[in-house]
Amino acid sequence: MLWGIKRAADQARRRTATKTMTTNAASAPKKEEVDWLPILERATQEVFEIVLGCQLTPTEPSDDKQKGGFTAIVGLAGALCGVVTVCCPVQAADQMAQGMLGEATVSPRQVADALGEICNMVAGNFKNKLAGTDERCMLSVPTVISGGQYSLHSLAAGRSVQTVQLFKDAPVTIRLQLQE
Amino acid sequence: MDKIRALIVDDSSVMRKIVERSLRQAGIDLEKVVEAGNGAEALTALHDNPVDLILCDINMPVMDGLEFVRQAATAENSKGVPIVMITTEGSETHVVQALSAGARGYIRKPFTPDQVKEHVLPVLGKKP
Repeated sequence: MLWGIKRAADQARRRTATKTMTTNAASAPKKEEVDWLPILERATQEVFEIVLGCQLTPTEPSDDKQKGGFTAIVGLAGALCGVVTVCCPVQAADQMAQGMLGEATVSPRQVADALGEICNMVAGNFKNKLAGTDERCMLSVPTVISGGQYSLHSLAAGRSVQTVQLFKDAPVTIRLQLQE
Repeated sequence: MDKIRALIVDDSSVMRKIVERSLRQAGIDLEKVVEAGNGAEALTALHDNPVDLILCDINMPVMDGLEFVRQAATAENSKGVPIVMITTEGSETHVVQALSAGARGYIRKPFTPDQVKEHVLPVLGKKP
């Protein structure tokens, strides 16, 4: 086995072994018993720290969705079914794209692309924190909605958790909506 | 270090730029960067653009990264070219699938430039 391959496989095993949350072991808590919020918050904060070099701070929910902005959506299927959404005002999405690209000017397409990728990384990082579940859960490619006049409706019963974090003084709402 | 021709495969153009920047930050002297938005585009790009290194996402439309790696690993123009996966899929199953298909390294998003250096330089025969 090549050195790079062995190391990557070892790292994957170590990551799995050191995770604290388990969802597939015989003694694992049931899905409805898991406190998803701290996992979602940590997954989000790590993405912003690594990708944008900034610390997020929790804040209260705001009404910015009604004023416009962007919403990125990534679907989960398999052991966990539902969606992860990241919603923020236009200016915050612009700043994310500028930070990711290292450019002062970005196009609307780049802004949507950047927010979609942020949502993708949050969903992936969240999933990867759930030992066992990450093996049996697939992510969709991201979809990005511009504008705030919409509602998300799930056809299956479920529950959702959300966290609102301040990014450069703008609220970013991250929501996990799970189906039963 | 010799100049490197790299193919970056990701459906996000923003992520392709981030990967390119990370390669440069890792000290890799890029002679040429070819971009593709999915595996099928990447296979087509390889026909006209021989490369020394491929970095590839997994979750992409049209043709995903695992299928691309399977085909690129045996294709005439890319056989033997080191492929490093860069993806949000961090499960051991995905790692094993990618490495079995022919990938030589695996980086999980989000990643730091140091992680790119650590995983890419060895497949180019360099010390990180």
